[in-house]
Amino acid sequence: MDVAWLREIGPCLWSLPLQPGERRAEVRLHGTVELLSMMDDKVLEQIANVARLPGLVGAAMTMPDAHWGYGFPIGGVAAFDPDRGGIISAGGVGFDISCGIRCLRTGLHWHDIAHRARALADGLFRDIPAGVGEEGSIHLAPEELDDVLQGGARWAVDKGYGAAADLEFIEEHGCMAGAVPAHVSMLAKKRLRGEMGTLGSGNHYLEVQVVDRVYDAPAAAMFDISEGEVLVSIHCGSRGMGHQVGTDYLVSLAKAASRLGVEAPHRELACAPITSSEGQQYIGAMNAATNCAFANRQILAHLTASVFRQYFADARITTLFDVSHNTCKPERHVVDGRARVLYVHRRGATRAFGPRHADLPVRYREAGQPVIIGGSMGTGSYILAGTGQSEARAYSSASHGAGRAMSRHQALKHWHGREVVDSLAAQGIMIRTRSMRSVADEAPGVYKNVNFVAEAAEQGGLARRVAFLRPRICIKG
Amino acid sequence: MKNPAAPGVCECARNRNKENVLGIPRYRYFDHDADVGIVGYGLTLEEAFEAAAAAMFALMTDLREVRPERSLRVDFEEADVELALVRWLNILLATAREQGMALSEFRIERDGVLWRGVATGESWRNGLQSGVEVKGATLTMLRVRQSAARWEAGCVVDV
Repeated sequence: MDVAWLREIGPCLWSLPLQPGERRAEVRLHGTVELLSMMDDKVLEQIANVARLPGLVGAAMTMPDAHWGYGFPIGGVAAFDPDRGGIISAGGVGFDISCGIRCLRTGLHWHDIAHRARALADGLFRDIPAGVGEEGSIHLAPEELDDVLQGGARWAVDKGYGAAADLEFIEEHGCMAGAVPAHVSMLAKKRLRGEMGTLGSGNHYLEVQVVDRVYDAPAAAMFDISEGEVLVSIHCGSRGMGHQVGTDYLVSLAKAASRLGVEAPHRELACAPITSSEGQQYIGAMNAATNCAFANRQILAHLTASVFRQYFADARITTLFDVSHNTCKPERHVVDGRARVLYVHRRGATRAFGPRHADLPVRYREAGQPVIIGGSMGTGSYILAGTGQSEARAYSSASHGAGRAMSRHQALKHWHGREVVDSLAAQGIMIRTRSMRSVADEAPGVYKNVNFVAEAAEQGGLARRVAFLRPRICIKG
Repeated sequence: MKNPAAPGVCECARNRNKENVLGIPRYRYFDHDADVGIVGYGLTLEEAFEAAAAAMFALMTDLREVRPERSLRVDFEEADVELALVRWLNILLATAREQGMALSEFRIERDGVLWRGVATGESWRNGLQSGVEVKGATLTMLRVRQSAARWEAGCVVDV
């Protein structure tokens, strides 16, 4: 992307000026010159299309890790008012509905477990189903399917996966309101039956990480983490069930848009008015898929805890936080001095509530919401905290990852999976995978520098850095 | 360090379906930041749809290793040929996953708005090479068109 097209309007904040005769709302891009320069021109094209959608409130935005997606750019954020013809977009949520990261504390320090790290890696690889074609050990009975879609992580806890205490540290307390299983196709429900407690593939992973550096000691204390401590991050989503909801509604909403007279600039946005029956059906199904993702990560967290306890009797696994990336949720935001309920699309972006937000766990009220920026398996990840300014700047949103700098196609030309695994092993990072192609696809070099993304999030007031996590074990999907 | 696969063809895609009888690539991949673009080619629209399906399933495993043991029927109605491509690919994905199958051979016929397809493969087994899971076919870079003597059918698939 040529930054000459943009106008700098604040720290790490840019706008795209209107061309003569162009009709759209404001476009704002968060990031540094370096990060913006690395973005594909398609990011600008896609976010400008979002800015043409009806009912948009304020600007259509991209986060510092933005890259070319389908419909919305990945890292796209946009809020719509249902009372002003605002839309819900399947392309603005994506196929992997509520894909996100669950971050766990272990109560262990790396120096206590390093001597058994290899066995731990093998144990996690054995017990965490990952990759193409892998099913989990949990097979749901037909009568249980709707319970999962209604109950989310609460259903999982009721079934014995994890503890009720986990729920406080999951967005929506692990149970998304407004789920309507009746709006989920039978095929989507069938795909749910064998995939609960599975990681999937692509950019999904389970990482054992060490807190390498603390930036904000008071916030770290509130998050109960310290240098040298071992954390686990689980990145996955709603699996085939969510993919099927996305599939079912992508075409039907694309058709509905033209039937309902929605002036969408491109049908890849696949949208309908929030208040339309088509929009409401999608929202009911999407919320059900969000609960599927919550339940899936809850089960994976439980499986992870079981493996840790096999090797370390004193492991104390607790949930630090669980964030979702591909969402559209009704939220209360103050716009022009007035509180309004807006449907905020975050496509490859994370919610980042600032300090004292009413929806935060009491323990985190003064720190702000934990925000997890997952980096590559070779570099590391960040835990940040939501800021007070993020509400005004981006409807309390922040980056979700490092953002790809190279396509999967190009990655396969540059790297072989075996070489990546060996190279990382030499750096003390153990990779376990069933797919060397997946490792090459996700080689550290295909991502932008996660340090730049976290710094840009902080400089732009979206979230402030709390800690840097260095990977030690990665179970790759 | 370099992948020896031919330009435009991913490692998993080197398989028996890669070329047609004239030696022309049946499909190729194009760049997309986070996902993968697929394009199938054929002398007819139907052949291009079949090749696009092969391109998509070749991302998940080596099609040469998949035994043609079982067939699935895929029938649907769609008047819009571009949306028909997306539906064809997504129904194949969903059916394969629901049946726990890897698919490698594809046939489709069109009768007006009716599309009748057959896909052949086998149940997933440990010996199959594991590629990358495709979540769905999208409307991005979606095109079904005829140029010169051949048809092409492609879109971005989410992985």
